[in-house]
Amino acid sequence: MPDTPELQVNERRSLLIAVVDWIVRKASGGRTALRGQWTLKVGFYVVLAFLVMTLLGNLIPGLSGYHPTLYRDAPRLEGPTAAHWMGTDQLQRDVFSRILSGGRASLIVAFAAVALSMTIGSLIGWISGFTGGWLDRILSLTMDAIYSFPSMILAIVLVAMFGSGISPMIWAVGFVYIPTYFRVTRAEVLQVRETSYIEAVRSIGASNTRIILRHVAPNTVNAIMAVSSFNLADAILTVAALSFLGYGLPPPAADWGFDIQNGQKFLQSGAWWLITFPGLMIISLSLGFGLIGEGISDLLNPKRRRKKV
Amino acid sequence: MGGVGRYIVQRVLLTIPMVFILLTVVFLLLRVMPGDPVSAMLGGRNVSVEVLNEYRARYGFDQPLYRQYAEYLGDVLRGDFGKSYRTGKPVIQELLLRFPATIELGVFGILVAAIFGFSTGLIAATRADRPIDHGVRVFHITSFAMPLFWLGLMLQVLFAVKLGWLPVASRLGGRMAFTFKPITGFYVLDAIFRWDGKALADVARHLVLPAITLGVALTGLQGRITRASMLEVLDMDYITTARAKGIRERIVILHHALRNALIPIITVFGLQFAVLMGGAVLTETVFSWPGIASYLVRSIDARDYYSIQGTVVFIALFISAINLIVDVLYSTIDPRVRY
Repeated sequence: MPDTPELQVNERRSLLIAVVDWIVRKASGGRTALRGQWTLKVGFYVVLAFLVMTLLGNLIPGLSGYHPTLYRDAPRLEGPTAAHWMGTDQLQRDVFSRILSGGRASLIVAFAAVALSMTIGSLIGWISGFTGGWLDRILSLTMDAIYSFPSMILAIVLVAMFGSGISPMIWAVGFVYIPTYFRVTRAEVLQVRETSYIEAVRSIGASNTRIILRHVAPNTVNAIMAVSSFNLADAILTVAALSFLGYGLPPPAADWGFDIQNGQKFLQSGAWWLITFPGLMIISLSLGFGLIGEGISDLLNPKRRRKKV
Repeated sequence: MGGVGRYIVQRVLLTIPMVFILLTVVFLLLRVMPGDPVSAMLGGRNVSVEVLNEYRARYGFDQPLYRQYAEYLGDVLRGDFGKSYRTGKPVIQELLLRFPATIELGVFGILVAAIFGFSTGLIAATRADRPIDHGVRVFHITSFAMPLFWLGLMLQVLFAVKLGWLPVASRLGGRMAFTFKPITGFYVLDAIFRWDGKALADVARHLVLPAITLGVALTGLQGRITRASMLEVLDMDYITTARAKGIRERIVILHHALRNALIPIITVFGLQFAVLMGGAVLTETVFSWPGIASYLVRSIDARDYYSIQGTVVFIALFISAINLIVDVLYSTIDPRVRY
């Protein structure tokens, strides 16, 4: 059986955590529940803040008083002032207004790519772990081979082949993470498969499909949840790197990674604000996902939690 | 042959299918992709079908897939990675020329990660749950979330542009770049071999920022493993016994605990090479470091198909070799591992 999280009574939970908790309990068939964890909470609010900010920034382009791409009346390359909080760039645009909407590509690609790899990876993982034999061996070897290859390089090469833009990035980043989910789910399935209740279900005459979907898969939800939040944190960095290398959104669209690349050209003249602020955004968002991952893994592994590993 | 010897042979034999699969994946990915390599090579220019077909025939893309595959495997086995479309030189020659730069950067990056990660992890573990432990953990998590290229640029702005202490980019500065004659391509070694103090100082100054950039990416992982591993060992009965005997805490930690905590730490160290190569792409790009990773990015920008394929295969072979070495080392470090 999977580790049951320690119950904490009298813990006040925010509505948000309660909603996510409900989803998790439904998805895992009541096997897992989230309880208050400060890392989890902070992470959720950070990510939520970024989602709201990016959504508003894109829906209302003039949110900060300046349009991210059309406004071209600011002083050229000026550091932070009262009028332009994060300075201005070489095309006389306001950096702060570009920050507000610049997370769109990162968020879309990260969520879509992780969803893609989660679906494909866990599906193959369940099948491979459950059937075993030569199919399992070939799949495992292939996935291990892809897994051992540097994911950043693989993503860059794939995007270079697919072409730049949002959907090529989704496919490339999604492909790169498939082995991660494959390994996690396969390991869990191998563990669950040997338990006596699976044997019991089988003896009643349940079909393989039913056993996988009703009894094996829900038990792997825990592990997948934790892995996917760390994965989102990593995906944010990968997308930022791809945009930085120029495979993301075409200019003049606002994008953190691309804006950093743009700032690099003015580095020698000391325009630190062009680089600093988009970078801080990327770090905070990635950190937010990372904290969620920390919180979930702490909950799922009481031993780890006690030791605060 | 002893147990270790047999294990090494077994492990080498196991590496073969791994490399084979990796090569196949690379081949398929680059072939099955949307977009034809030949038109990519021609940079999307509007050329006639005849020209396109001529290029296809010249590079063997008109052959059926299995023939291409067989030819590709044969070439790779013979160490032939094709010719660069840009320079006309064999890809393997270009890669070997740049490989030492990447390795040098990687070694110093790992050194930085080892020093920072190991020391912070140790400090956190011995002061578990105190404020310094929380501080270190936040540092570790943040180093995970840090975009490498951003860190590199920030270091450049601060130490190269604002303070002017260190050079912005490349491996050698000013006149030195023309007068220095490398022997092995590892500039630190070359400067020592040539007994050239000035060159060594210049090489070292150029290495500092890129090595820190690459190192910080690995520090978080290294630090967390060190901390976790130490905490696990410190929980053991024999540590309690050692303390009960009245041995000083410093000795308990350094002699009794640390030795046993080292095994997972070293294992993770070897596995970090994949992360390292990924990080090298960004570090080399930011610092104009002439290694294979920045070569890959430039090949991609130039749509230099054979260079891309060659570099990917080269990295795949390199990673497999490193994994093999780490596995074998692991069996010698941990006496409990018997094969």
